[in-house]
Amino acid sequence: MTAQAARIAAAQDAARLNRPEPFTSPLGDGGFFQRDRSIHPPAYAPGYKSSVLRSPRQSLLSLENSVSEITGPVFGHNDLGSLDNDLIRNYAKDGDPVGERIIVHGRVMDETGRGVPNTLVEVWQANAGGRYRHRKDTYLAPIDPNFGGCGRALTDDTGYYYFRTIKPGPYPWRNFVNSWRPAHIHFSVFGSGFAQRLITQMYFEGDPLIPVCPILTTIPDKDALDRLVAALDLNASVPLDSLTYRFDVVLRGQRSTYFENRPEGN
Amino acid sequence: MVQKLDYLKETASQTAGPYVHIGLIPGMAGFDIFEKNFSNVLVTPNTKGERITLEGRVLDGSGTPLRDVLLEIWQANAAGRYNHPADRSAGALDEDFRGWGRAGSDFDSGLITFETIKPGAVTDKAGRKCAPHINVWIVARGINIGLNTRLYFSDEEAANAADPVLNLIEQPVRRSTLIAKRSERAGKVVYAFTINLQGPEETVFFDV
Ligand SMILES: [Fe+2]
Repeated sequence: MTAQAARIAAAQDAARLNRPEPFTSPLGDGGFFQRDRSIHPPAYAPGYKSSVLRSPRQSLLSLENSVSEITGPVFGHNDLGSLDNDLIRNYAKDGDPVGERIIVHGRVMDETGRGVPNTLVEVWQANAGGRYRHRKDTYLAPIDPNFGGCGRALTDDTGYYYFRTIKPGPYPWRNFVNSWRPAHIHFSVFGSGFAQRLITQMYFEGDPLIPVCPILTTIPDKDALDRLVAALDLNASVPLDSLTYRFDVVLRGQRSTYFENRPEGN
Repeated sequence: MVQKLDYLKETASQTAGPYVHIGLIPGMAGFDIFEKNFSNVLVTPNTKGERITLEGRVLDGSGTPLRDVLLEIWQANAAGRYNHPADRSAGALDEDFRGWGRAGSDFDSGLITFETIKPGAVTDKAGRKCAPHINVWIVARGINIGLNTRLYFSDEEAANAADPVLNLIEQPVRRSTLIAKRSERAGKVVYAFTINLQGPEETVFFDV
């Protein structure tokens, strides 16, 4: 094992040892709990100007969950490569990327507190200077030759996930002339049914740009906003190596099917 | 006082932003990083069913195609069975069909395509056959929470007329916003769709 590989293994073990304990509750396979839209940003949020022409104006049609909503794609370790959850190494060409080395870990749970096992978590982010490796990003901060900026992981059987990366930088964007995004990591999470599909962003404890971000402040509920801010998890940090941030993700809960009402003949 | 219900709250959604490709389809962002990538091709040579191409655009309130939108689709196989343990219906599973794919719109034209098969009719909890359909989820810069809609098929008129979800739509004129139109082009079956985020022909979106 190279020194580099040993360091990675040590970091990953440290994060694992400090993982939170799982709750247990019976597996539900009924419909999902009704989504509480008051904690989500509204489609039309004029402070975030791009939403104005991209927001539906009719009421959403409420659907009782059928098999189309309670099922969703199933992923496995075959879908991933061995370095997919290590953004420090998965694009490195001739060394490590520049920036603060961090580990992000947490649990994907549902609203009952049950861990969501074997679900796919995908992340993407800017580099330490706030620049994305994307053909449409023209910010003057430089591309880092050793940083791709994306990764993915499957949660384990308790819903736990972790990955290693460098802390992204804040960056300017065209909304108001002087709008800046706080440092953030984009998260895409699946869950067990397609109705749980969620994309969100993780922010960092203590970032002064959080309260003035036009995208973050589309969220009408202060507690919901606070839940997007990852805490510095010093206990899970790797001494002399990496700081760790803890970010739990909660997907919609699912009703249990207590009684099966089967139609005749089935 | 009563006993406390210890439910957690769902994590709030945030826009996927303009650079969603990096995380979900990095090839479109302009680089190669993963050994295995997800794509807009749902079929392998062994998948059972009628090959179809879905082709369409998402338009904003000015009628302009979104050129940074990402769609995911989720569908049953040709026998009307979802590749998921919660679907306990009788149709046969097809091990060569996951039933899920994702696509980014073209950066110039806004065109979105999927190569898939036409799904069979799924059976709902009450034992009713539903019209064949594909579930669609839409994210992009400016979309604060993913939008859910469905695509039905123009050549399934009788099934569509009886479909419990289409019939929930109060105004019959709005049902047509979910119907993809069949045509044949160079021997291939193409279903064309347009998703209007706003305006008089706004697509029906669901709170699932
Ligand atoms: Fe971003």
